[in-house]
Amino acid sequence: MNITLRVNGAARAIDTEPRVTLLDALRDNLGLTGTHAGCEHGVCGACTVLIDGEPARACLMFAVQADGYEITTIEGMAPAPGELSVIQDAFCETHAMQCGYCTPGMVLTARALLQRNPSPGRDEIVSAISGNICRCTGYGQIIEAIALAARRLARSNTPGVTP
Amino acid sequence: MKPPAKFKYISADRRVREDRSFVAGAGNYVADIKKDGMLHVALAASPHAAARIVKIDGSKALALPGVHYVLGGDELAAAVDPMMNGLATPHVHRYSLAVGRTRYMGEWVAAVAADTRAIAEDAAELIEVEYEPLPHVINAEEALMPGSPPVHEKHGSNVLLDKTFVWGDVAGDFAKSARELSFRVVWGRNSTVPIETFGVLASWDPWRETLDIHASIQMPKYADQIARAMRLPGHAVRVHHDVDVGGSYGVKRGIKHTVLCAYLSRKLGRPVRLIEDRLENMRSGDAHGPDRIFDVSVAFSDEGLVKSMKMRALDNAGAYAGRAPFQLGKPIGAIVGPYKINSVEYRAISVTTNKAAQEAVRGFGQAPTNYAIEAAIDKVAAALGLDPVETRRRNFIRADEFPYLIPSGTRYDSGDYHAVVDKVLAHAGYDKWIVERDSLRAAGMLAGIGVAACLEPSGGNSSFEPLLNESNTTTTWMESCRVSIDALGAVTGSIHTTSSGQGHETLAATVIGEALDIDPGKIRIARPDSLAGMPGNSPVGSRMAIMLGGAAYQAALKLKAKLTAIAAHNFSCDPAAVTYAAGSASHGGRTLSWADLVSIGHRNYHLLPPGMEPGLEASHVMQVPSGGELPKDGRVQMYPCHSFEFHLVLCVIDPEIGKPELRRYVIGHDCGTIINPHIVKGMTLGGIAHGIGAALMEEFVYDESGQMMSQTFMDYLLPSAHEIPHVEIVHHCTPSPLTVFGQKGSGESGYLGAPAAVSGAVNDALRPLGISFSKLPIRVSALGDAIADARGKANLKESRP
Repeated sequence: MNITLRVNGAARAIDTEPRVTLLDALRDNLGLTGTHAGCEHGVCGACTVLIDGEPARACLMFAVQADGYEITTIEGMAPAPGELSVIQDAFCETHAMQCGYCTPGMVLTARALLQRNPSPGRDEIVSAISGNICRCTGYGQIIEAIALAARRLARSNTPGVTP
Repeated sequence: MKPPAKFKYISADRRVREDRSFVAGAGNYVADIKKDGMLHVALAASPHAAARIVKIDGSKALALPGVHYVLGGDELAAAVDPMMNGLATPHVHRYSLAVGRTRYMGEWVAAVAADTRAIAEDAAELIEVEYEPLPHVINAEEALMPGSPPVHEKHGSNVLLDKTFVWGDVAGDFAKSARELSFRVVWGRNSTVPIETFGVLASWDPWRETLDIHASIQMPKYADQIARAMRLPGHAVRVHHDVDVGGSYGVKRGIKHTVLCAYLSRKLGRPVRLIEDRLENMRSGDAHGPDRIFDVSVAFSDEGLVKSMKMRALDNAGAYAGRAPFQLGKPIGAIVGPYKINSVEYRAISVTTNKAAQEAVRGFGQAPTNYAIEAAIDKVAAALGLDPVETRRRNFIRADEFPYLIPSGTRYDSGDYHAVVDKVLAHAGYDKWIVERDSLRAAGMLAGIGVAACLEPSGGNSSFEPLLNESNTTTTWMESCRVSIDALGAVTGSIHTTSSGQGHETLAATVIGEALDIDPGKIRIARPDSLAGMPGNSPVGSRMAIMLGGAAYQAALKLKAKLTAIAAHNFSCDPAAVTYAAGSASHGGRTLSWADLVSIGHRNYHLLPPGMEPGLEASHVMQVPSGGELPKDGRVQMYPCHSFEFHLVLCVIDPEIGKPELRRYVIGHDCGTIINPHIVKGMTLGGIAHGIGAALMEEFVYDESGQMMSQTFMDYLLPSAHEIPHVEIVHHCTPSPLTVFGQKGSGESGYLGAPAAVSGAVNDALRPLGISFSKLPIRVSALGDAIADARGKANLKESRP
């Protein structure tokens, strides 16, 4: 099937089988390998992307179902090549990862949270990331990173800064 | 103990350089790597725990467009050698695919290579295999009995290892002690279950006769093992180390996957890739951890001093041998934990069963053993009515007793266990915890405090290999680094392994920067492939801070000595009279800048000391500190360095729900000098989370017919952010006298003590009900049922007149 996906602000036409997941289409058809396969049954959250700004499992959605939505992948987070967003920088500041495999999903989940709730408490951060499994960190430094990003965004003098 | 030395970059609050690409989604994982013409593998797996393979019919699969090959075990076994066994078990053959018979549910029987993964999976479902079911054995104690169905008939029994060590006068110490107690605890089969499954891409180049491997690997001697199995010379295998590994914590050993893809690539003349899906990973990836029954007796005094211990550890290795039985060997290096136990009898038994094969898991058997030792100390405390913390303090080795020789032959390097415990108790407010626990109990809740003290042996020498297998004469487990300065003055260090989140590039850059007195941020770290590389043993056994850190430091020092010698020659002075600082060298009012030294090294042979090689590079291959000796009389120095951790947990259980809440969690951690605080913190917190999973949630469960009941993340439960409490870390630093900065290992920390501490906390909470759990994991369902049952009985008694 010929479909058009809007990914990170650009329209991308692909020819895909109806059974292909959004995860596989992003990785194999569009070369966006920052979205990772973890469990492929909707539990671990490694494949998290934003669909119209909300976190979704790219492994549980067919690519054809995503036609017409605004998709954001981790490749759409950095403001420019080599330049980190506030959330990405906060993840580096607190070392909110080790192997980096769950990290893209965590960063996107954090972005959705902070757009919805600019000053989340610890419990709200925990709830937001509870659908993303990390086996390396025990979550402590991820929670710190999201809280740090929230503080930095709140203090930012530039309205409209991307989280 | 001397205070930690002051460093410029070591221990400083510096970012972890690896993180930048990961937050951008720019990691280079194996599933991100593609080659032209690459084929994809999918597998047909055994539905039986044990069965004879009567016939494999791949014709329907081959008829599917896009399918290139269907491979069975007979063809593969004729073309490759069996994978390596750790023990001398010559009749326990293991190949990538089942040969003749299957030995566990999920074992790979046939492989398909196709143009896409989807086609390969479609085709795998079309492979028709005729099986004749055979008797099977799942339970380790049944496997041990004569007459149990042998998993490997030619081996003759299911016993892979049965070795008893007696260190010291165990019988005498038991006879002399006022008290003794015995118990059984069981460590359920769990694993590290990385979020990235294992994957490998193998490309055979028939014109250059080279096998290129990209893999999600953490395996010592990986290239050697592939070459041997493929009957290739060692230099025909090129392992690429610039692949990011999406978590491993021990398990990503993928020899069977690699040999399979390598064979198919050679056969088909195409690059071949296998990425496990989650089902393959869980049931067939051969990546389960220890599965162990402990029978323990301890002899102790009326004051709670433990004099002697007898431990029998029966481990269920699963269907094949591999390195799994060695996981009974490593704990010998810390078999008395942090305690002054005078004598030990240790019987290590490993049996084959019809479960998936076991692989190395974080701590290599130490976490289960620590759980058994800590259960013993808790039971001694309970038997005497003593506080469990005080009981541990009474038994600890004292700071002035290091280096301390334990009965099994390891000399602990350093430690101050009492100081760490004092810090933790003061930080936590232990007395208040006891008040809180008791007031919660008075309010009708179940509440308990768990304690665990344990060691993290680090810097592994693999001495368990010769200890358990006399034909193995391994006495080194080296690691290497090369440091160079290019003609423009930039510094590059090399590391010779893949990394799975340990931050090795940050480690090496920090250490080289410290040695050369230049900003680590300006140092690049390269990962040559295995053909351009130096000897190394991959990041296992909490060794890289010690071994890569040590090798990088020594290589950088050699380079610094060369720069100093160049300067001395040009100053016409003794090298010892040269002052080196921040990259420049000076003497008597004259200075050669970094640029000057680089220019001389690369361009001015006439300014070099006579006989010095031009160019600026140095390398170092490091031997394990304190290593080098074969075992004698069942004793050996196992690991050089010993980090210490002390866990304190407050657990609250609502008796109506049965779900344990870890309300407070404090860990005292002493891994000597910390090289990067962020990395050590992450390892510790991550290890605790992993340990909480092992204590309360994670288990690969098999039913009696050998079917695996926890093949997905819906059944094998991983801790989410909801299950992991905020953990408070209390640091202490007792430098190791054996390492360049006083550093010790920390890669396994947290996991080594958390299961014991959490289990202790739950059992303390259950104490008023008169019940306890002696098997991990203590799952919510079992906990809720046990509490309801105990309360029901109590109510029944009350209601009776």
